[in-house]
Amino acid sequence: MIVAAQISTRAKTWLGFVSIPIILYTLLPIGWILSLSLKPDADLPDGNYFPVNADFHNYKLILWGSAHTLFDPALFNSVGICLIATFVGVALATTCAYAIARLDFVGKKLILTSALAVAVFPVVSIVTPLFNLWRTVGLYNTWPGLIIPYLSLTLPLAIWTLSAFFRQIPWEMEQAAQVDGATSWQAFRKVVVPLAAPGVFTTAIITFFTVWNDFVYSSSLTSTGGDYISAHGAQTVPAALANFTGSSQFVQPTGAISAAAVIVTIPVVLLVLIFQKRIVSGLTAGAVKG
Amino acid sequence: MREEAGDAVSSTLEVAAAVDIVDPPRHGRARLSERARAERALGWKLAGPAWVIMLLVTAYPILNALYLSLFNYRLTDPNGRSFIWFKNYGVILSDSLWWNAVETTVIIMVITVAIEFVLGMALAMVMNKIIIPRRVLRTVVLIPYSIITVVSAFSWQYAFQPSTGFINHWLHWITGGWFSSSYDWFGGHTSAVIAICVSEIWKTTPFMSLLLLAGLAQVPGELQEAAEVDGATFFERLWKVTLPSMKGAIMVALLFRAMDAFRIFDNPYIMTKGSQDTETVAFLAYNQTLTRSEIGLGSAISILLFLLVSLIAFVFIKLFRTDLSRMRGD
Repeated sequence: MIVAAQISTRAKTWLGFVSIPIILYTLLPIGWILSLSLKPDADLPDGNYFPVNADFHNYKLILWGSAHTLFDPALFNSVGICLIATFVGVALATTCAYAIARLDFVGKKLILTSALAVAVFPVVSIVTPLFNLWRTVGLYNTWPGLIIPYLSLTLPLAIWTLSAFFRQIPWEMEQAAQVDGATSWQAFRKVVVPLAAPGVFTTAIITFFTVWNDFVYSSSLTSTGGDYISAHGAQTVPAALANFTGSSQFVQPTGAISAAAVIVTIPVVLLVLIFQKRIVSGLTAGAVKG
Repeated sequence: MREEAGDAVSSTLEVAAAVDIVDPPRHGRARLSERARAERALGWKLAGPAWVIMLLVTAYPILNALYLSLFNYRLTDPNGRSFIWFKNYGVILSDSLWWNAVETTVIIMVITVAIEFVLGMALAMVMNKIIIPRRVLRTVVLIPYSIITVVSAFSWQYAFQPSTGFINHWLHWITGGWFSSSYDWFGGHTSAVIAICVSEIWKTTPFMSLLLLAGLAQVPGELQEAAEVDGATFFERLWKVTLPSMKGAIMVALLFRAMDAFRIFDNPYIMTKGSQDTETVAFLAYNQTLTRSEIGLGSAISILLFLLVSLIAFVFIKLFRTDLSRMRGD
């Protein structure tokens, strides 16, 4: 705020103008894929950034048209697998980070260091042995077969981010509540949970983005989308998008891929719009001294 | 279950707090008090499961990869599996395919991280100073970060493609007709690498800028003001004050992005399928395993990739003295 007062109106306007190219830069490919998804097939080669004619035929095609058997199960798998992997990862990481932030025990540093090491680990390196192992034990192309390796993405990130969050929490308030006559359970529910919940929630969003984005595991450990009920079939949207080419009946998958891309982009954009501030603090909490 | 656990924690801490009054916390491990022992046990009970699972899902497969890399093993010929010591590594290291992949990966890493740093720094400085569309700006920069990499790859691929894209038309128009509107970006090595880099840079610059923004917030304001009063120009201030005082944050951001860029897989897979010599190391490992069913060779490449990423971390930490404990807020 002190800084704000020192900046002249002219500088403010100038900075305001600078933000326009930045906003255009971030939205350019999003607008483009949206435009492609709305273009009728005949207009695809016209090279216009904005569609001249627009219709929803690509959305119909992938949601209930001839390509729905490719896209819908993948969307179902993506949502289900990512939610479970996020939930399991964050739940385990919450108790872990709680212990790191509140208790004094030997090995804290070891846990945080291994979380960092796993976080920067090249996931492609473990795809080959997992591919081999999963085929032997029958986990290839199944939900657990993706959820288990996803823990290697969710756990380190969640442990790291949550312990940074939990460090900033004024835990003395719990004892203060108990001094004021609250039982331990009341103190936990009324003080600890509300204090910890925002951090846990933010961590869950960031973790969800990470698994939602995964392509390496899904493209190597799954082969089909499945039919919702059978044990086999766990391909998520990113891998399904890559497979649209060739395996599908239609000639030009450009429009269909674009429409599918738009559909999976909508939920993350909504999350970003709603929880912008929290996501920024979560992304940087683990990285730099808070 | 969780409720009980919470209760147990609270009551233990209650006891701990009570003990604290008569028994002030000691540092050093000469004598472990009853309380310290109980706290350590509880600490491992709460933190242990996550830690063990994390190691199981990564350490076990990597050790397994190390073991498999010593075999001549094709999925299509399981009976022909034989122990061949380090021959797979010899095969890989003497193959130009491997060195091409390493070269491509290093080029992509250096180009993207360098450009991301410059753009990210500029973006961070604007976000740090901006007042009017502050919230809007901080929201839009999160969009590339949250978009699926595969989606970004498709969007840029279609944008560059001469048949559907707009980029050729725009370049044709901007250069007054000099740039051919039918230029095939994916027809040559350099242009294909540029296209891959553009998608990668677009997607990851915002994350870099957020890390740098957090570092920028730590630069002491008085120092900046003093330099300004002394008549230092913008670039002098940037070079002599801002950058040195956020060196730690810069190193951490560069280290993270460099390691991440080295494992690049999604963008080349979608955009070029590895054609025009754009196969990266991660892509090569994937291809050996998934496309060619060469489990032994694929595992060996995986181990080499792991070693190379570790080497990058080592170089940053030792040579540039990147203090990773900063990352923890200690």
